[in-house]
Amino acid sequence: MQAELDKLVEQAKQAISNVSDAKALDEIRVQYLGKKGEITSRMKQLGSLSAEERPKAGQVINQAKQQVQQALEAKKTELETALLNEKLAGETIDVTLPGRSIPAGGLHPVTRTMQRIEKLFSQMGFSSAVGPEIEDDYHNFEALNIPESHPARAMHDTFYFNDNTVLRTHTSPVQIRVMEKQNPPIRVIAPGRVYRCDSDITHTPMFHQVEGLVVDQKVTFSDLKALLIDFLQHFFECEDLEVRFRPSYFPFTEPSAEADIQCVMCSGEGCRVCSHTGWLEVLGCGMVHPNVFKSVKFDTEKYTGLAFGMGVERLAMLRYGVNDLRLFYENDVRFLKQFK
Amino acid sequence: MKFSEQWLREWVNPEIDNATLQEQLTMAGLEVDGCVPVAGEFTKVVVGEVLEVNKHPDADKLNVCKVNVGADEPLQIVCGAANVRVGLKVPAALVGAKLPGDFKIKKSKLRGVPSHGMLCSTKELGLEDQADGLMELPSGAPVGRAIEDYLQLNDVSIELDLTPNRGDCLSIAGIAREVAVLNDIELDEPEIKAVKAKIKDTFKVTVKAKQACPHYAGRVIKNINPAAVTPLWMQEKLRRSGHRSLGPLVDVTNYVLLELGQPMHAFDLEKLDSEIIVREADKGEDIELLDGQQIKLKQGSLLIADKSGPVALAGIMGGATTAVSDDTCNIFLESAFFTPLTLAGQARSYGLHTDSSHRFERGVSFELQVQAIELATALLLDIVGGEAGPITEISAAQYLPERKPVKLRLERLSRVLGVRFEAVFVETCLLNLGMDFETTCDGWEVTPPAARFDIEIEEDLIEEIGRIYGYNNIPQTRPASIIQMSAVKEQQVGMDRVRQTLVDRGFFEAITYSFIDPALQQMVDPQSEAIALANPISADMGVMRTNLWAGLLDSLQYNLNRQQNRLCLFECGLKFLRQDNEIKQKLVVAGVLNGDVYPEQWAVTNRKVDFFDTKGHVEALLELTGKNLEFTFKADSHPALHPGQSAAIYSGKTEQNQRHVGWVGALHPELNKKLGLSSATFVFELDADIFEDGSIPAFKSVSKFPAIRRDLAIIVDKNISAQKVMDTINASCSDIVHDLELFDVYEGEGIDSGRKSLGLGLTLQHLSRTLTDAEVSSETENIISALNNKLGATLRD
Repeated sequence: MQAELDKLVEQAKQAISNVSDAKALDEIRVQYLGKKGEITSRMKQLGSLSAEERPKAGQVINQAKQQVQQALEAKKTELETALLNEKLAGETIDVTLPGRSIPAGGLHPVTRTMQRIEKLFSQMGFSSAVGPEIEDDYHNFEALNIPESHPARAMHDTFYFNDNTVLRTHTSPVQIRVMEKQNPPIRVIAPGRVYRCDSDITHTPMFHQVEGLVVDQKVTFSDLKALLIDFLQHFFECEDLEVRFRPSYFPFTEPSAEADIQCVMCSGEGCRVCSHTGWLEVLGCGMVHPNVFKSVKFDTEKYTGLAFGMGVERLAMLRYGVNDLRLFYENDVRFLKQFK
Repeated sequence: MKFSEQWLREWVNPEIDNATLQEQLTMAGLEVDGCVPVAGEFTKVVVGEVLEVNKHPDADKLNVCKVNVGADEPLQIVCGAANVRVGLKVPAALVGAKLPGDFKIKKSKLRGVPSHGMLCSTKELGLEDQADGLMELPSGAPVGRAIEDYLQLNDVSIELDLTPNRGDCLSIAGIAREVAVLNDIELDEPEIKAVKAKIKDTFKVTVKAKQACPHYAGRVIKNINPAAVTPLWMQEKLRRSGHRSLGPLVDVTNYVLLELGQPMHAFDLEKLDSEIIVREADKGEDIELLDGQQIKLKQGSLLIADKSGPVALAGIMGGATTAVSDDTCNIFLESAFFTPLTLAGQARSYGLHTDSSHRFERGVSFELQVQAIELATALLLDIVGGEAGPITEISAAQYLPERKPVKLRLERLSRVLGVRFEAVFVETCLLNLGMDFETTCDGWEVTPPAARFDIEIEEDLIEEIGRIYGYNNIPQTRPASIIQMSAVKEQQVGMDRVRQTLVDRGFFEAITYSFIDPALQQMVDPQSEAIALANPISADMGVMRTNLWAGLLDSLQYNLNRQQNRLCLFECGLKFLRQDNEIKQKLVVAGVLNGDVYPEQWAVTNRKVDFFDTKGHVEALLELTGKNLEFTFKADSHPALHPGQSAAIYSGKTEQNQRHVGWVGALHPELNKKLGLSSATFVFELDADIFEDGSIPAFKSVSKFPAIRRDLAIIVDKNISAQKVMDTINASCSDIVHDLELFDVYEGEGIDSGRKSLGLGLTLQHLSRTLTDAEVSSETENIISALNNKLGATLRD
């Protein structure tokens, strides 16, 4: 009987392995394991065997049944998997196709630069202030120690509305407006648009500055140096960037200085950008002139102050390698896209 | 200020090279803007003497010359210059010479005649950009001598970019003083001797404007030789300092101007009428200036006049009628002090700027006038001969600038600069700078020299000490301050967030000029009065923008012209309005949209951007405030916008406190066409102050009970706005209505014309229990009856 069963199992397995769909598989199940199936029917023959033979034979039949069942299960799983795989294969997409999108736009590089400057100074406790762009003569000039007759007025190329009203030529009037409202200690920067009646390859009639002001009881020129060197090195992310301070002149600071950085284009070797000097002038600064303190009624014996101002476009040009100032105001999206 | 280094070194000669000198000057605040050799690079050019000049047999314009160059035999050189003549001394380039531009001189034949060298012009030696003929050397020039030695061409022209406070450095003497201080060495100040008067002639001078001209010196010089020429050494010094030689009379005054810093003027004595009068211009006077310009004088301008009228614009430029000329024999020399205040802005007001006005505006030493006239006289007598009369000097000491002593405290010095100084260092600096001082208990009383107009207060002296010490030698210290927090207003959205929201939604930020074309301003905002600039840079930048659309539309056009088919631009900035005679400067954010709504891609069906895309962006911005329910859009018309597709935006909970805060809409099709835009353009603008005052989140419980959704399809008249429907529902429902969505709008088949169908989704939910069917039904019925009563709405079948 054993041999017979083995043969049956072998037949069944053979049949199962040849099957290619669930229906045929079920027919095989019925053929062998169904109520009248070939293996099932052997079970029925057990009665004709002796009591001693019966358990042994039952075991053999059961084993055969199990073997066929296992083969059926395995085939069923195989067929299902194949079916699923086939279905999934039909659902295959090209994953390299681009995603559906509305791509983000971008900030103007001037804004991006101003935000970076603000962020760096805010870490040092500076807050940001703004002021009007149509400014009165007093705040733009008089209060900053630039009286009517001052030769420095000629350097400003002012846009006028009338004798008393101008487009601010620098962000320095915001210094005055802050000090009119707030007592020391003051740590403030003032970013914004400024205007000069000048237009050529290196000048646009509108540009941006960031002004800075610190007023306290013990502010010194040595503080000014450290603050600005720190800023410039962080702005350009170059910790050994060389910075030098040259005496200069601004009516609203005394002593006054201009800060040059080692040319970031040629690392100070000398190139077209730095006119082969190895240095780039990047900001003006100094200690607040006592006359400025007088115009806001600060005690010049009690307080000292430092102030600085920088051109945003210039810093942006150096940081991002922009070679033409006028690009900033054409708003060509092919340009703007580069600052996403 | 441009000058020759050699000239400077006649005054002060530190043992440093040119590069160090430049560095020193720059780091002392006298910024070196340029430094160029005074001649091109060349070799083997010597002084030659023309011995013979013969016509070239085969060329009209060429001469065959014999030139003595100090060799055994004269050289035969073919020359085409018109001024070649026997006896002339010229620079001769020998065979083998290399001229600027890598030009090599070789033996050659010119039209068959051998030539052994070349006679040179100033241009060929790189002395000048232009030349007319050969360079003529003085008759005493030593034949055979190398030109670079003879002309001392081992020199550079240094150009300084001086700040307006350093008028004292607008001269060799002033720069030399600085260099002496920086190197702590003595100044070799050349002695200026008084010239004794040989004749008694004087010319009457009357100074009426004593306050403007507190010191005037003049002198007559007679019988000069009009044919005299300026010596080469002076021409060279002038050339290297940026001045062309214009004849000895002008050259000498320029020389003195450069060396000492005193502007001078020479009048033709014969052309002056009776006397010199220094006075203010009367109404209606005019003058023809040296450069031929005829100008109308402003009343009050300071003049030098004679009996017949103005002869010079004082301190700025002389007049044409009394100018010296090639046949001038008698002159009147002027050396005056005009106060900076008098001349401030004067030249500029006439559109002029001269070496003289530049110096007087910044301050010329008021002790220099006699010295200068003596130096000029000595030089003139040397060059043009003649006899000098005595100096006429008119002085009003009470109007001369005062040099008040300025206090300088050692303590203050370190307080401002952050570095401690030795008293002896400070004193050395002061002494070298030519300052008088007296010691006081805490420092010094310092009196600055007459040339320094920039030392008025203690800080001015502190700068001087810092400058001489060297800014780079001042240490760096961290600013010490009390660390304190500053207020952070949570309800303030901040413009950075507004910008970022738009950027995230696909916008590019533009920055456009605040001044725009008045015509464009009229097109985009004819209702507002634009503020006009008095001196615009060009007509199309004449008025301040009254909204931001003009600039953005300009940028839109610019990009559309460059094949960009999808544009979303925004800008944050001030707009400028005149309201009730006051200037209002308002921060706004504005945007423009044109073209496709999506960038080209495979997975979406593209379409053109429309009103609701635009409104969606605006709503996203309003949502930043957390108060989006407090904003309303009302159909309204604006001259620049499509009358049926524009809305005014209001903020404020109730009708009474509503405030207009912006616009959104389609650009008027006519305007769109005028601007040459092919597809519809959409714009918006919002006042930035709405972002100042957002809301701080306030917690509300979240219900644990199920929400029930009821959809209503209602039909209303077409002209009833969605807003009205929503308002009606909101007013009639109870607080179990948790959410209300408008999910469909339909007009057309199945709906009466003149009516529209709206699909509304109500979400009902109770905070503390599950709602019953009865509650839900009664709530929806309430809403339906309110819609019916107030708006004539019916349920759609």
